[in-house]
Amino acid sequence: MAIITPLKTAAEQQLVEQFASIKAELPGAGAMRKVREDAFAGFEAKGLPHRRLESWRYTDLRNLVREAMPLVRRPTRPQAIADRLALQTIAGRRFVTIDGVFSADDSDLTGLPEGVTARSLAEALTENPDEIAAAFAPPEVARDDSALMLNAAFAQDGVVIEVADGTELDQPIVLLALGTGASEASIVSRSLVKIGAGAKVTVVELQESVGLAPVQINHATSFVIGEGAEVEHVRMVSRQRAETVQVQSLLVELGGHAAFDSVAVAVNCGVLRQQSFLRYGGEHSRAGLRGINLLRKQEHSDVTLVMDHAAAHGESRELFKTIAEGEGAGVFQGKVIVRPHSQKVDGSMKSHALLLNDGATMFNKPELEIFADDVVCGHGATVAQIDGEQLFYLMARGLPRPQAEALVLAAFVGEVSDMVSDEGVREIVGREIDCWLGQREGAPKPGAA
Amino acid sequence: MLEIRNLVVKIADEDKQILNGLNLTVNAGEVAAIMGPNGSGKSTLSYVIAGKEDYEVLDGEILLNGENLLEMEADARAAAGIFLAFQYPLEIPGVATMTFLKAAMNAQRKARGEAELLTPDFIRQVNGAADKLGIDREMLRRPLNVGFSGGEKKRMEILQMALLSPSMCILDETDSGLDIDALRIVADGVNALRAQNRGFLVITHYQRLLDHIVPDTVHVMSKGRIVRTGGKELALELEKSGYASYGEAA
Repeated sequence: MAIITPLKTAAEQQLVEQFASIKAELPGAGAMRKVREDAFAGFEAKGLPHRRLESWRYTDLRNLVREAMPLVRRPTRPQAIADRLALQTIAGRRFVTIDGVFSADDSDLTGLPEGVTARSLAEALTENPDEIAAAFAPPEVARDDSALMLNAAFAQDGVVIEVADGTELDQPIVLLALGTGASEASIVSRSLVKIGAGAKVTVVELQESVGLAPVQINHATSFVIGEGAEVEHVRMVSRQRAETVQVQSLLVELGGHAAFDSVAVAVNCGVLRQQSFLRYGGEHSRAGLRGINLLRKQEHSDVTLVMDHAAAHGESRELFKTIAEGEGAGVFQGKVIVRPHSQKVDGSMKSHALLLNDGATMFNKPELEIFADDVVCGHGATVAQIDGEQLFYLMARGLPRPQAEALVLAAFVGEVSDMVSDEGVREIVGREIDCWLGQREGAPKPGAA
Repeated sequence: MLEIRNLVVKIADEDKQILNGLNLTVNAGEVAAIMGPNGSGKSTLSYVIAGKEDYEVLDGEILLNGENLLEMEADARAAAGIFLAFQYPLEIPGVATMTFLKAAMNAQRKARGEAELLTPDFIRQVNGAADKLGIDREMLRRPLNVGFSGGEKKRMEILQMALLSPSMCILDETDSGLDIDALRIVADGVNALRAQNRGFLVITHYQRLLDHIVPDTVHVMSKGRIVRTGGKELALELEKSGYASYGEAA
């Protein structure tokens, strides 16, 4: 059999050179150095993910990343960042990264509630390289993911949050990732969130960019959630340049009797891959992954999920809503794995899309891999236009067409955004959605009835 | 008030012609009933007046107080005074009934160049009208028509009719799906809106509804035309003889 050595693309070759020149400067000695070396070796063997890999079929990163932009080392702090920070006023503890680098000056590091500690990933890697290195081990179902390998190899900073057992917070922890967009660059970051047993916490991740230059972003957030803990998670990727290519990975290890509820919103997202890998490590746990994707022009949002029921009595709920117009393209790939002996699993997965014109696209691909016999797993996917009957009903009551459409579209995604329980966060999400709907052609101006 | 002349209509994507030169006049203050068998074109007529897009008008005109409705989109017709109470009111998940009512009332006010309603005035109007129709306040907080019973949906239609105060009301099979108590409540709601400057077009299969909403005129529709016109006694006659003599099986 012939041995095929794939040729590296220009971007892959550039990444090899970048890693060689930068690896000694990246934080984390000892075990972390080995994690980075191994991850990069894995990447080098596989290359950038491409469309011939089933899990990356609709988002061909090899084709999208023709050139590897230089890694941001010391970000600038333009006035636009200060302006944006001043406007970002969710009640809660805020931790800021700028181009992936932790900004202590902009973060709420003093007077944290009891049981909460926060520090930068770079600091954590310097203080406890071995412990943090262990947290970079990929989940079994993502072991072959070369985007995640790149993240482990290059991640230079991020936020590390630890919440002690039994801690209940009444305000969210906000991880605000701002991009300067000052120049074409790549941003690689990793945040680690450890939630102790019985804790109740809301974690919000906001990813925005203020500048004009397109960037490449590879960010991952890992959650380790203790027994009986309840975590609500909201992630919103917004205000991105159209040409920005971004991979957001969410890794969750869920303890027994725990709950994880997530709402992921993409609006003005550029080209975005959102991949989530959730593992049920203990019995009687519950997870809900929901999301909203609002796409226009050539925007692309790929939602890829793997729910790994490695324990019995797990419940999973997925609900994703996509609205696409222009040449916007949505992707939903949801995989539910039920391992042998993981009996009594209850899974339900749904993806619904509205395509507003002929140029818009939606790909739906549910996958169920069930190896236990006493489970309930269902999935459903719909792709449709705005319901003409509903529109006629509203117009027959006097609502002009754009207003009737806006009402139907807002209601369509509202089913998901209403699930955000923190009022301040729900308001911010709602504002981005309204703003997107308001930018539709002929849309009613804000304030119109 | 409402004048329909030689209306010829087909389904937009098909060759099927539904209305074949229909003529009809409803005067201000008049309650006109249209009776006819299934498939005679009654519902199509109501949709075409209200501005549904699934139909193509091949000939004729529809005038409301002299204005040509066929040149307007559905929302403009509503603002001009047309109200269609649907046979099957649509469920709109995610849109709170109150939000919808306020949007509809203000959209029509805006189209007529009037100022928007203040919230307290709006709430007072809605609550007043809802109480008269026996509509629970809790129902107003739910998404529009979602999970409503058939009777609740029809009452919600009449509530909208009362709040929007149209000049020409079209009731499409408003009696379908109603038990006798609900029928009485709905009919009382309609009767309360009868006025000198308002016309009604009541579309129904059965004479039953016309016991409660007593018409001034009864038209018989068959094969897309009005084939006979008479007073309220015509409805009773039809109840006995059926539609067979009009060339169609009932």
